[in-house]
Amino acid sequence: MADTASVRPAGALRRLRPSGALAGVVPFFAYTTVFLLIPTLVVVIGAFLDGDNRPTLGNVSALTQPAVVRGLVQSVVLSAVTALGGAVIGGVLAYAVSTARPGSVTQRFFTSLCGVLAQFGGVALAFAFIASFSAQGLLSVLLSEVGMSTGGGLWLYEWDRGLMLVYLYFQIPLMLIVFLPAVEGLRPQWREATETLGGTTWTYWRRVAGPILLPSFVGATLLLFTNAFSAYSTAKALVPQANPLLPLQIGSSLSSEVILGQENIGKAMAFEMVVVVAVVMALYAWLDKRSGRWMSR
Amino acid sequence: MSGRSAFRRRQRVFRWVTLTLLMVFFLLPLLGMLEFTLQGPGGNGRTLDTWRTLADVSQISLEYPALKEGFLASVGLAVITPLVMLVLLVPTMTWVRLRLPGLSRTVEFVCLLPLTVPAIVLVVGLTPVYAWVYYLVGSSTMWLALAYVVLVLPYAYRSLDAGLRAIDVRTLSEAARSLGASWFTVMWRVVLPNLRTAVLSASFLSVALVLGEFTIASLFSKKNLQVAMYELGKSDAKISVAVGLASLVFGFVVLFAMSFVGTRPAGAGRVARLRRPRPAKETP
Repeated sequence: MADTASVRPAGALRRLRPSGALAGVVPFFAYTTVFLLIPTLVVVIGAFLDGDNRPTLGNVSALTQPAVVRGLVQSVVLSAVTALGGAVIGGVLAYAVSTARPGSVTQRFFTSLCGVLAQFGGVALAFAFIASFSAQGLLSVLLSEVGMSTGGGLWLYEWDRGLMLVYLYFQIPLMLIVFLPAVEGLRPQWREATETLGGTTWTYWRRVAGPILLPSFVGATLLLFTNAFSAYSTAKALVPQANPLLPLQIGSSLSSEVILGQENIGKAMAFEMVVVVAVVMALYAWLDKRSGRWMSR
Repeated sequence: MSGRSAFRRRQRVFRWVTLTLLMVFFLLPLLGMLEFTLQGPGGNGRTLDTWRTLADVSQISLEYPALKEGFLASVGLAVITPLVMLVLLVPTMTWVRLRLPGLSRTVEFVCLLPLTVPAIVLVVGLTPVYAWVYYLVGSSTMWLALAYVVLVLPYAYRSLDAGLRAIDVRTLSEAARSLGASWFTVMWRVVLPNLRTAVLSASFLSVALVLGEFTIASLFSKKNLQVAMYELGKSDAKISVAVGLASLVFGFVVLFAMSFVGTRPAGAGRVARLRRPRPAKETP
């Protein structure tokens, strides 16, 4: 569709003074300055200031404390594992859904369900798993009946087992939603062409569909990574006391007023998060552009 | 051709095996929730008490004032946030299209910036800003809406952008202006009605995000629905779990119904909106 509005030169209206036109965007920029740019600057600048507002690298070097490093490493590992796992499982799910008739109840049902579940993270999700895996929970009872013990469900509160399982619960649906358009872009004719040329299903996936889907797949995986990396409420509701992840450590540095100067270390940790997410998002934007080139119709 | 039908059969088997397995994974924790809310006192027997309490509005507001307060706050925020977002974004985006096309990249960049700044980071930076807000206008929970608008900016921007692309704003507004309409009339009577679907979906995404928001409210010690649920989870877990399950089912019913209404792809969630491919700019 031709987007005539943006390509036509603004000749007809140019005689009006540009200063008058600029006044129209002042509210927007004023608002985003106060509620987005200033907070971002507060974090970035605060990361390099000490308690008396003097420049320092102390906060940044405090990031090398073992506890903070552990928080970062565990956050990255948790996000990477659930992004990869969610991407693979969600990718298979997206392909399965895409083989159903377009617009069928199956497709509508799964896209709606995943639309809700992808945003289900948070307090209610943590409760769902606690209710299921606590000593008298439904799944614990079911599993013990077939002879498997959930071990009292204590593993649920550990970042590398419980949190990974819980995070997968919103990562897989998110993958379906992000990846489905790419899978639906696969033309049946491509498979037929492969078969006509003597290719097997394996050839088709290895040489045709795989390379076409790869940029979208990697892009979606990166998106899942930032989604898990930024998540706070699910982990907070599941493990309220411990701070195994970077977002939880930032949260507790905000609410603890005991140690003076801790606040700026929180800003340094927040700055660290922004850097990680920014790198991943830049990669994502680059890949999205590339996959857009492949998938253009 | 028998090869083709064998392939179709194999594909159907693969589809149903995959979908069934994942449905089990998705449904088990929800069944766990349901089963938990149905447990009788001391974990013995079955009772509908929790759901009866939840259905009884007067009893809920009497016995669980925190839940009532959080619910009302979330509903209020879910009304204010989309309103502020629309008042801020629709005129600006229209204006940039009409008069300042050179600024469109900047506006887009600013709107997508919150994707790179996680909510928890935003809280860190917003603390001094909110100190001023509270100082100037008081510390009502409703001021959280100002921060929520920033959270929904990327999603709202993409929805509205898609809507604006689909109509020729310039011709429409020039026609209205030449017939003597004021800029306000152009916005209210010409642009907005043409953007109905985009405005609706942007608002719906905002509502969904506001109702699920926990991070900012909890760290600013304000009580919204999620914070109330979190706190109630410690004292009366059953009611809290029931509220969580009810809101999930409600969300699903709304999305599923919406997938049959309108022409947009079924269940397009927040993130799907972001990935909508943009039409090529250099079309002749």
